Amino acid sequence: MYRSHVLVCGGTGCTSSNSLAIIDALESEIAKKGLQEEVKVVRTGCFGLCALGPIMIVYPEGSFYSQVKVEDVPEIVEEHLLKGRLVKRLLYDETVTMEDVKSLQETDFYKKQHRVALRNCGVIDPENIEEYIAFDGYMALAKCLKELTPAEVIQIVKDSGLRGRGGGGFPTGLKWSFTAANEADQKYVVCNADEGDPGAFMDRSVLEGDPHCIVEAMTICGYATGATEGYVYVRAEYPIAVKRLKIAIKQAREYGLLGKNIFDSGFDFDLHVRLGAGAFVCGEETALMTSIEGNRGEPRPRPPYPAVKGLFRKPTTENNVETFANIPQIILKGADWFASMGTEKSKGTKVFALGGKIKNTGLVEIPMGTTLREIIEEIGGGIPNGKKFKAAQTGGPSGGCIPASLMDTPIDYDNLTAIGCMMGSGGLIVMDEDNCMVDIAKFFLNFTVDESCGKCTPCRVGTKRLLEMLDKITAGKATMEDLDKLEDLCNYIKANSLCGLGQTAPNPVLATLKFFREEYVAHIQDKKCPAGVCKALMTYSIEADKCRGCTACARKCPAGAIEGKVKEVHTINTDKCIKCGVCLETCKFGAVVKK
Amino acid sequence: METVNIQINGMPLSVPKGSTILEAARIGGIEIPTLCYLKDINEIGACRICMVEVKGARSLVTACVYPVNEGMEIFTNTERVRHSRKTTLELILSTHDKSCLSCVRSGTCELQQLCKEFGVDDPNAFAGETIHYDFDDSAAHMVRDNNKCILCRRCVAACDAQGISVIGANARGFDTHISSAFDKDLANVSCISCGQCIVNCPTGAIVEKDDTDKVLEAINDPDKFVIVNTAPSIRATLGEAFGMHIGTNVEGKMVAALRRLGFDKVFDTDFAADLTIMEEAHEFLDRVQNGGVLPMITSCSPGWIKYCEHYYPELIPHLSTCKSPQQMFGATMKTYYAQKLGMDPKDMVVVGVMPCTAKKFETKRPDQAASGYPDVDIAITTRELARMIESAGIFFKHLPDEEFDVPFGESTGAATIFGATGGVMEAALRTAVETLTGETLPSVDFTEVRGMENIKEAAYDVAGTTVKVAVASGTKNAKVLLDKIKDGTADYQFIEIMGCPGGCINGGGQPIQHAVVRNFVDLKARRAEALYRSDADNAKRKSHENAAIKQLYAEFLGEPGSHKAHEILHTSYVARKKYE
Repeated sequence: MYRSHVLVCGGTGCTSSNSLAIIDALESEIAKKGLQEEVKVVRTGCFGLCALGPIMIVYPEGSFYSQVKVEDVPEIVEEHLLKGRLVKRLLYDETVTMEDVKSLQETDFYKKQHRVALRNCGVIDPENIEEYIAFDGYMALAKCLKELTPAEVIQIVKDSGLRGRGGGGFPTGLKWSFTAANEADQKYVVCNADEGDPGAFMDRSVLEGDPHCIVEAMTICGYATGATEGYVYVRAEYPIAVKRLKIAIKQAREYGLLGKNIFDSGFDFDLHVRLGAGAFVCGEETALMTSIEGNRGEPRPRPPYPAVKGLFRKPTTENNVETFANIPQIILKGADWFASMGTEKSKGTKVFALGGKIKNTGLVEIPMGTTLREIIEEIGGGIPNGKKFKAAQTGGPSGGCIPASLMDTPIDYDNLTAIGCMMGSGGLIVMDEDNCMVDIAKFFLNFTVDESCGKCTPCRVGTKRLLEMLDKITAGKATMEDLDKLEDLCNYIKANSLCGLGQTAPNPVLATLKFFREEYVAHIQDKKCPAGVCKALMTYSIEADKCRGCTACARKCPAGAIEGKVKEVHTINTDKCIKCGVCLETCKFGAVVKK
Repeated sequence: METVNIQINGMPLSVPKGSTILEAARIGGIEIPTLCYLKDINEIGACRICMVEVKGARSLVTACVYPVNEGMEIFTNTERVRHSRKTTLELILSTHDKSCLSCVRSGTCELQQLCKEFGVDDPNAFAGETIHYDFDDSAAHMVRDNNKCILCRRCVAACDAQGISVIGANARGFDTHISSAFDKDLANVSCISCGQCIVNCPTGAIVEKDDTDKVLEAINDPDKFVIVNTAPSIRATLGEAFGMHIGTNVEGKMVAALRRLGFDKVFDTDFAADLTIMEEAHEFLDRVQNGGVLPMITSCSPGWIKYCEHYYPELIPHLSTCKSPQQMFGATMKTYYAQKLGMDPKDMVVVGVMPCTAKKFETKRPDQAASGYPDVDIAITTRELARMIESAGIFFKHLPDEEFDVPFGESTGAATIFGATGGVMEAALRTAVETLTGETLPSVDFTEVRGMENIKEAAYDVAGTTVKVAVASGTKNAKVLLDKIKDGTADYQFIEIMGCPGGCINGGGQPIQHAVVRNFVDLKARRAEALYRSDADNAKRKSHENAAIKQLYAEFLGEPGSHKAHEILHTSYVARKKYE
C-alpha cells in the first residue's frame, strides 16, 4: 500500500515534452528521500489537456500540476510528497481559486466532459494488465463468454445506439450482425487505428492510455460475430501506441484472455498488430484491408462489403479504435446506460481533438448533443488574444466547417451532416477572423491531393485540378465563371470517386463556399483577401502621417523595396515587394499597413 | 438460372442474378463504356467512365463491378451521366500526351474513340500541371510512354494474370505512374517480353518496338535477298487489322500482300513447325528410351523460355533443346537454302512475321546463329505487318489469294495448329506415335489437348506404354505444372507450354482488339478455330509427311537428331536473375 500515487502522463504529447525524464527524476528523488515504499510513480496515458503538458497528478489529493519541468521535481518531492504542502505555482491555474484549490473535475475543461472511451486514460498504467483488471477490465468479456450468446451481445450493442466513431457513423450493432449472418470457415475483426485526420489523436490516446480495452472489445466482437482472429492496423508513426498494444496483447495471452478456450468457454481468439506506413487512404476500410493483405493500400469497389468479403476475402468486421473503446462499458453498464447519453440518433459520447485558435488544445470527451459554443467557449477556454471566432472545421479533409451563426447546433452525426459538415473522426480545428476560408479549403485540399492513392480518375486528377483552381482564386487570377466550374468539379468528384477519400475531398471547398461565398467573391472580383492571408492579393504601404523616416524598415527589407531618406516619409515599391511582412514587424510607429 | 427483374432506361429486363450492371445492360442491348475493366482480371472500378445512375443511390454507381438486384432502376444515358463521363474524359486528357496524329494507336485508341463518342469538344478543358515521363525503351520488344498512360492498370492486370507482376503503380496521387519496382528499366527486371501488356493497353502508352523501317530498308537494298516467313497464327488474325471478322483465315491474301511488299521469297514458318516436330518428337523418344530428363517441355515460345530462365532455372534441363520454329526456319535458310542457292548467308535477310513480341528478344539471343550470322534478322509482329501493308497502299481485302513460294511454303496441318494452345502437343503426338508404332494413326485428332482451358491433361496408350501429357498456356498456368515437377508430383512425360494465354493466337503481337471485344467475345477460341479448320482441310496433317522436310533431311541434315541437326536446329538456355 502506498500513501500517495504520482501519475505522470506518458502519452505522445507529454513524452515529447520530456515527461519520461520527469518520471526518472521523480523516482530518483523519491528514493533519495527514502519514500519509495510510500509513494508510487505511475506512467499513465493521456489526460487530455495536452496544451499544458507535461502533466502530473498527485493522489489522493488530486493535485494537478501542469507544464512541469525536470527542475521542478525536487521541489514537488520535498514540498508536496514529503511535507504535504502543495506547490501552488505549478498547479493548473483553473484549479486555483482565491480561497481554495478545486478538484480537476470542477474546472471548465473537465466539468462538461464525460469520459467513457477515455475513462482509463490518465488513470491507469497502460502497461500493467492488473491495473486494467482492477478497473473492471475483462469483466465485460467474461460476461459475454459466460452469460451471453453472441446474438445477445449484438443486441446489446444495437440497443445502445453506438455508431461508428471513425466518421461514417454506421450503427455498430448492425455492422456486427451483418458479419455474424455470413457463414465462413474464417472471419476477422479489424481495428482501424490508422488515424489520419490532421490534428486528430484520440485513437492514439486510447491505445497509449488503455490498450487492454481494445483487446477486450475486439475479443468481444470476435465472439459476437464468429471471428477467431483480429488485426489492429496502426500507424507506424505511433510508436508508443504500438509498443503498449503489443505489451497488452502479450499480457492478455499470458493471462489466458487471448488464445485458446478463453474463460473455459471454448472460444478462441487471437490478435495481430499490423503497422501502416502512414498513407491517409489506408484509413478507408477496404484500403486498410488491402494493406494488411500485403498489397499497396488502395481501396476496392464495394460491394462486396467487408461483412461479405473483407480481409483476405473473408467476412470481416472493421471498427475504429474509439468505437471499440466504448464496447466493454456498454456490456457492463448496459445499453440503456449508454443510450441515456447523447441525442435521439447519436448516443453516448464523442472524443474531439481541439486544435487551432483555441486556448485549451487537447482531447475532450463530451456527450453527443453538446453545442459547439460549449466546446469552444467553456471547455476550450475560448479564442486567444481576444480574436473573434469565425468557424470550426470538423471532419478533417473530409469535413466541412461550422460558421459562427451555427455555434449553437447540438453536435451529433445528423446535425453535422445536415449543415454540410461531418463528424469525422473528431478533429476540431478552431479558426478566427485571421483565417482566410479559401486558404483553409486550399490547405485541406492540398492534403487530399497529397494523400490520394491515385487509383481513380476523379480523385487523382480531379482534386489536383480543383486545387489549381483554388490557387488561381487566391492568386487573384480567377473569374466568376471559374467559380461555377469549381463547384461543378466539386460535385463531379463527390459523385464519381471510388472511395470515401475522393467522395469527401471537395467538402472543405463546398462548405466554405456555402458559408463564406463572399470571401471567394472578394478574391475574384475585388482581388482582395479579407482576412489578409493570401499573399498575392496583399499590398504593403506606409502611411505618410505616421512615418517618422527612421529608416528601420528600409534597412530590414530583404528586397530593397523601401525607398526614402532619413526623417522623410518612406514608400514601398510594390513591384519589388515580396510581401514578407518584415517592415510591418519592424515599424515601431504603426506606419506600415497591410491591405 | 435464377434471375432478377430490373429496369434499364425504363425498359423492363430480366437478367441472371449476380450480373453486373454492365453485363445486364448488354443483355438489354445497351453498351456502357469502359476503360479499365477487363473481365476477371481487372475489375477494379478505377477509371469511372462506366458510371450510371441508379434510382435511390447517393452517388453514381460503377456499372462494371456493381451487381444488379431485384427492382433496380438503372439509367445509363442521363444528362448527369453524360456530363460525368465527359468530365472524366476531359480530366484524363488533361494529363495525356495528345499527339494523336503521330501515335501508332490512332484509330485503335480506346480513349480517342470515347472522346469522340461523348463529344469532348475541348481537349484542354482542364489544362493544368502535367508530369513529363521519359520513355522506357530498354527492353528488346517494347516501349513504354507513360505520357500517354491513363492509369487504367490493364497492363498491370495482364502482367499479374501471367504471374509475372514486374509492373505496378509507383508513387501516389497525381504522381502515380506505372513502372517496375524502384522505377527500374524493364530490361533489368524479369519481364518475359510476352507483350500481353501491349495488347491490353487502351492507348499508345505501351507499344511494340517498330522494326518495319529495318524491313523496308532490307527490301530496298538490291544486294539483299529478303526472305519472309509467317508464323502459323498470323493467317488467322491479320484480317482483323483490316476490319475482317475474327477467325477469318487470310493466308492467301497475306501471301499476296507480302509479295507486293517486295519480299524476294514468301515462305511459311509452318514449314519450320513441321521441322520442329521432327526434331522434338525425336528428342522426346530419345529421352524416353534412353533415360533422359522427363517430363520434356516444349521450347517454341520465347516468352515461356524467358520465364523458365528467370523463374525456374532449375528446370532448364526439362526444356527441349529445339530452337523455336522461327529460329529453325532462319537457320535452315542461311545454311541449307543459301548453299542450294549458292549465296553467301550474309546477303540473306530473314524476316519473321510473328504473333509475338518475345520473338524480337529471341532473335538477339546468343547461340542462335547457325550460319555464323543471326538465324533471323528481324522479327515483326502481326500489327507491324498490317501497318506495312496499309502504308504500301495495298487493298488487303481485295487481294487475290496466292500461294507460298516453294519449297519452304509447304507445310502440313500439324504445323498450322502450332498457333493454338495444345497444337504443338497434338502435332508431336501425331508424329511420335506413328514413329514409335510404325503404324498409321486411324485418327489424327487428339481432341483432349485442344480447347482454351488453362491446363489440359491427357494420357495415351502408345505401343503398350502410357504417355501422360499436359498442356498449359499462360505462364501463370505453367507455374502450376512447374511446381508439380519441382515437388515431384508431376507424372507427365511431355508438357507443352505457351507463354500467352490461349497460345500464339492471343500473342502479344496480335492485332489490337478493344477491351469490349476481349470482355465479351471469345477471341482466343474464334482465332483458334480458323487454325483447326485449316488443319482439317489439309490433305497432309502429319509433319513427317511434309515432302520439303523429307528432302531437307535427305539432302542436308541426315536424320532427325543427327549431329548436323543439332548444330543447326538446337540451342541452349541460361539461368537469369530477376533483377539486374
